[in-house]
Amino acid sequence: MNEGKTMKKRPWLATPYAVWVAGFTMIPLLVIFQYALTSREGAFTLANVMAIFEPVHLKALLFSLEIAVGCTIICILLSYPLVMAMRRLNMGRQGFTLFILILPMWMNFILRILAWQLILSNNGILNFILQKAGLLPLSLANTGTAIMIGVIYDYLPYMVLPIFNAVAEIDEDLVEAARDLGANSLTVFCKVILPLSVPGLLSGIVMVFVPSMTSFVIADVLGGGKLQLIGNVIEQEFTKSANWNMGSGLSVSLMLFVLISMAFTTKNETEGKSSSIW
Amino acid sequence: MVEKIKDFVSRFYLALVIVFLYAPIAVLVVLSFNDSRSRVVWGGFTLRWYQVLFSNHQIMDALCTTIGLALLSAGIATLIGVLAALGIQAMRQRGYQVMMTFTNIPMLNADIVTGIALMLWFVRFMPLGFASVLLAHITFNIPYVILSVMPKIKQMNLSVYEAARDLGAGAVYAFFKVLLPQLMSGIVSGFFMAFTMSMDDFVITYFTKGAGVNTLSTMIYGELKKGVKPEMYALSTLIFATVFALLLAVNFLPKRKGKNPAGGPAAR
Repeated sequence: MNEGKTMKKRPWLATPYAVWVAGFTMIPLLVIFQYALTSREGAFTLANVMAIFEPVHLKALLFSLEIAVGCTIICILLSYPLVMAMRRLNMGRQGFTLFILILPMWMNFILRILAWQLILSNNGILNFILQKAGLLPLSLANTGTAIMIGVIYDYLPYMVLPIFNAVAEIDEDLVEAARDLGANSLTVFCKVILPLSVPGLLSGIVMVFVPSMTSFVIADVLGGGKLQLIGNVIEQEFTKSANWNMGSGLSVSLMLFVLISMAFTTKNETEGKSSSIW
Repeated sequence: MVEKIKDFVSRFYLALVIVFLYAPIAVLVVLSFNDSRSRVVWGGFTLRWYQVLFSNHQIMDALCTTIGLALLSAGIATLIGVLAALGIQAMRQRGYQVMMTFTNIPMLNADIVTGIALMLWFVRFMPLGFASVLLAHITFNIPYVILSVMPKIKQMNLSVYEAARDLGAGAVYAFFKVLLPQLMSGIVSGFFMAFTMSMDDFVITYFTKGAGVNTLSTMIYGELKKGVKPEMYALSTLIFATVFALLLAVNFLPKRKGKNPAGGPAAR
């Protein structure tokens, strides 16, 4: 009763935010849909949204998907051993390592990608080191591999952090109990740590998949302008072709594509959950 | 013995990841001391770029814009976000879910789509410039504040607030004296997250800025084709060093400072 009087009566505090959401989240989405569904002359058309199926655009979309899926998987594969390695450290060191992992995000990200261009270029730093070591130089400049390295580099922290947070919350007693019952490290990881870290893993996937699918700067710098992600195509519709309707149409189909793939991931997740309960 | 090997392997792996993360940063720091305009030739050590930097008005303007934008947008977003979190928490099931869905939209949506949608909307009623970028930054910052304050509200001890009210405190007084201190850690981390996101944003700024306004990110992007000025490497090295020092201080000082104010009101 008392509680009802005090805190439950103040939903109006969210009014400024509700107004903000209406003005700057909902209306802009309606506007982009309006552009997407009309031709330059203002007549209704589905052509802009369907343009995603044109071979050039489809190629860019599939390449983006390849980059995003590859980046997400590699980030997961890199993150778990990293989080497990951090678990072995004591608390103070864990905090410091976390800090060391986040810190690079404070160097401007375009400059960091530019630095990768210098490292990976044909007469760059990596090949210099390889040659000194008596190995064959690699030609990574302007390849999909270079773009992949760039996105992995940029988004790895977004995968590590949520997984680390989820793993840090796991009750140490559970791990101890599993060990006492005879589980080896691999079993402990597969049966205890992995299932309990799924919420973190899931938000990591969202935070890595979406930006790696849609970035355009990384492909600009590391792909040498030849390899186009769907983000590059959309950006050029606005800057070079000045075709806002086409750009909006492609954005909307990209948005739907991302939402559907994310819904698919979360659906699998809930199914996994219910099966683990049973 | 096995434990020792495992320790060694895990530390070795940590070190490898750290090398991967810091390699480009090392390259940029080295470039900032390179006495040559070329990015591929080492022309000897110099501090020249650090001197030129401060007389480069364009870069200084972009720096001021970036920091001003980050402070303003994070501040306003924190204000709206904290109120929103308190309000949303007080809502019924349905309103709660609707609001949280809308909070997740900017986070789930691709930056490029958010940026374009805002740009298409802004051009209808205002010129693109500092104001439009500010509105855009506040928009993508609010969810970060809400999501970091929300868990604190859920943990909040409401009976203390009620006790304060029963003892005659007004709603506003009780809010500032009782509720706010409990939420402070969430508010601070929300603010800093918003500040960081604003400093680091490129895509949304790029689409909503119009001509004339530049943040550091959009300025660097503009320079990519003709070559980034070496002063830029010097500036980002300085920013990086500053943040490094600040975060080190924050990480190691609060052990005595942070515990009392945070523990005090919660414990009582």
